[in-house]
Amino acid sequence: MDRRDFLKHVCLLISSGAVVGGLSPAAWAKMIHKDYDPAKHYYGMGVDIDKCIGCARCMQACKTENDVPGDPFYFRTWVERYVIKVDKSVTVNTINMGLDESRDVIMEKDVLRSFFVPKLCNQCDHPPCVQVCPVGATFKTDDGVILVDGKRCIGCRYCIQACPYGARYLHPETRVADKCTFCYHRLVRGLLPACVEVCPKQARVFGDMKSIASPLGRFIRMNKLHVLKPSLNTDPKVLYANLDGEVN
Amino acid sequence: METAQNFAELAKQVVGFIYPNEIEIHWSILIVVYPYITGLVAGAFILASLVKVFNVKELQPTYRLALLTALAFLLIAPLPLQLHLGQPWRSYEIFLTPNLASAMAMFGFVYLWYLMVVLLLEIWFEYRRDMIVWSSESTGLKKWVLKVLSLFSTDISEKAVAFDKKTVKIITIIGIPSAFLLHGYVGFIFGSIKANPWWSSVMMPVVFLFSAIVSGIAIVMFLYMIIIPIQGGKIDMKCLDKVASFLFYAVIVDFSIEVLDFIHRLYESEESIKILSQLVSTKLFMSLVVLQILLGMLLPLGIMVVIRVFRLQEELRKLLYFVCVVLIQMGIFSTRWNVVIGGQLFSKSFRGLTTYKMELTGIEGLLVSLALLIIPFVVLAILIKLLPPWKKEELAGG
Amino acid sequence: MKDFFKKIPEQAVRIIVLFAVLALVLLVVRQFILPLELKDPALQKNSAMEREAAKEVKYAGAQSCGQCHEKEPEMKKSGYHRDLSCESCHGAAQKHVDNPTDVKPTSPKKRDYCSYCHNYNSSRPTGFPQINPDTHNPRKPCITCHNPHNPKPPKTPRSCAACHAEIERTKATSYHALIECTVCHSTPEKHKTSPRTVTPTKPDKREFCGKCHAKGSGGKGMPTVDMATHGEKYVCWQCHYPHMLGGI
Repeated sequence: MDRRDFLKHVCLLISSGAVVGGLSPAAWAKMIHKDYDPAKHYYGMGVDIDKCIGCARCMQACKTENDVPGDPFYFRTWVERYVIKVDKSVTVNTINMGLDESRDVIMEKDVLRSFFVPKLCNQCDHPPCVQVCPVGATFKTDDGVILVDGKRCIGCRYCIQACPYGARYLHPETRVADKCTFCYHRLVRGLLPACVEVCPKQARVFGDMKSIASPLGRFIRMNKLHVLKPSLNTDPKVLYANLDGEVN
Repeated sequence: METAQNFAELAKQVVGFIYPNEIEIHWSILIVVYPYITGLVAGAFILASLVKVFNVKELQPTYRLALLTALAFLLIAPLPLQLHLGQPWRSYEIFLTPNLASAMAMFGFVYLWYLMVVLLLEIWFEYRRDMIVWSSESTGLKKWVLKVLSLFSTDISEKAVAFDKKTVKIITIIGIPSAFLLHGYVGFIFGSIKANPWWSSVMMPVVFLFSAIVSGIAIVMFLYMIIIPIQGGKIDMKCLDKVASFLFYAVIVDFSIEVLDFIHRLYESEESIKILSQLVSTKLFMSLVVLQILLGMLLPLGIMVVIRVFRLQEELRKLLYFVCVVLIQMGIFSTRWNVVIGGQLFSKSFRGLTTYKMELTGIEGLLVSLALLIIPFVVLAILIKLLPPWKKEELAGG
Repeated sequence: MKDFFKKIPEQAVRIIVLFAVLALVLLVVRQFILPLELKDPALQKNSAMEREAAKEVKYAGAQSCGQCHEKEPEMKKSGYHRDLSCESCHGAAQKHVDNPTDVKPTSPKKRDYCSYCHNYNSSRPTGFPQINPDTHNPRKPCITCHNPHNPKPPKTPRSCAACHAEIERTKATSYHALIECTVCHSTPEKHKTSPRTVTPTKPDKREFCGKCHAKGSGGKGMPTVDMATHGEKYVCWQCHYPHMLGGI
């Protein structure tokens, strides 16, 4: 490395360190995964309701990948089944709640419309959970993911109360709040979140919100989009295509 | 494993649809106890301040008792929060490294401000002269405890006592907004959760505040009616009637605000109205309609109207007052229950209701909460022993 | 100045000193005892992100599979399962990638795994291939007829199905799905032009069925009978309909 290169590196390190708030260059250098730079990404997910077949592979993969407790009361992602009957009555249930429901043959009568809705943390741009955390244990990363610092969390569960989407739970063993991270450990290695990886129908599309020529870019361009509970102004980064008005 | 079984049991009782993570009621009975206790603190302090700031002379016999009650409950107030945390040993983070955007992080500031700057200071200045005198009169441990408590202060000149009195008045004036802050802030913790329509309301801090005043006045009245006879004194009926009349007005204001909130919700009839009416008419019917409104509010109001209209004789009046304050305590506890537990019984999908099954023996169980409700009375007993609120002649003379 | 201090009553001085000491203690604890990571949000954020990024990956991702396996990805490329990730069926395989010889991924061969996606469910999107497992060739593993790496419905020659569509459909879900029409019916070429005058042959003897179903002649899992005692008065197709499920 000649002197010019060295100086360039030093300048880069110092300026990027300054961006994340006065970090020492050494602290910045060992940050995250090898060459991964959070500032260069901004993640989001598209979910196409018309494509979801309710096979629950995403739920299963998420539990495996993230060591989520196996009991059916802790989910980072889950799939709801909506059945709207001819008489306009709506029934909803979460598939695979303890049973192998996604394998059951379900033939319902008088169905007006029916569909599956995959749910997960919406990785809001204005996250109420981050706002209410009394100790700053949950925060938004530069690449737009909401994480929980398990070493910091005091387990007061205010964030669980504040989340409009029921996306958080208290981990029964660690006794701290836990939630979907978009599989952050996979992202830094250039992999897709586990649920997206295993989805057989590409009902989930993951990518960088900034990119245009990408599956997510195309998804955003080609669909009429909706988010969950828009009136709460949480600005979710999980975008739904073909979402029914009954879903909330 | 046991929790999983409990949840599986609970899952069977779910009506309609809830998000899968919602089966666990995260804020349990302990979080019901917390606002109940802080409410008593704020209310008792407001009653005390009526004497000093508004010069309501009749209330003088309850002044010191109200201060000590507020202190006893305030000292215990953080305990339920502490016990409820998933990681109790990290609670210092709230005080030392708070996230300033969080309403809950304000707890450290509000609590310390109220405990140190308002209550302890006021009590210290109020009792300073007496502590010096009692210390010189007593021997052994008590002498030294009082000496330390008075910070080895010695000056009981008229000038110094006058300074104490003036300081007490100033602190009380600061104390009133602080008491409002203390409980308004607890209401804000709930009222600012936009995800939860049962909580999310600007009225929440106001409702909390006035119910706090009601419960605080009632608890002081309750204690006054119990402690005075125990100490062999005579209940000052003038004082009791006056406290009761303040209680009467406070209940009316509290009731009106709650009714206003109710009508407002019903009239606006937002998306959540269906599930909330289902909640009120099924899961909360007993605790909200019967306990909180009928028995905890309308019945005591009715009794107090009867007392005022028919000018009943002293003994009957005492009995009815006592019934009133007990009913009111129960009503306000139900209010806290309905807010805290009620707000978690319906799904944020607005499609279903879940059930809360209280533990008996666990940390978040019934026995612990009962203990937490009893400890403040023990603390109060010690405080009264150490810092008697009444002089001997006051007890006898009435 | 000295006079001013003297004017303050002694009790006020005591209180002020007490408060000053308390404030100092608090300040010292925060300034000198608390670790830097607790105080600096940026630092805390980074260390939490690092911890998150360091978590173990369980799903290797479809790209990894292609590095060693050539045949299956190639086969999958153009089929209906082209978008299906290998690990959707074979399970999390990072361990296998790290240690290909010792750790082998699972390979679900039973019917119940395919049924996660392909059992009939009225909430599934129209057009998605779904079956009723009770009537669709029960007991046989799906992979006897369908290659999971390139699944297709078993084909009857269009030349037969063009006219005998109903038979084709029933046969396709029966035990005899994989047996071609011409195994039992030898069909003269002229049958196509003059279907009524030139007809294909039909089996005319019990022994024809007995080639497979007589005791001792059947393959594994094949139902066999003692030809001497099993309904000896009749020919087989008086009781069994060979195109239909279960042959009944």
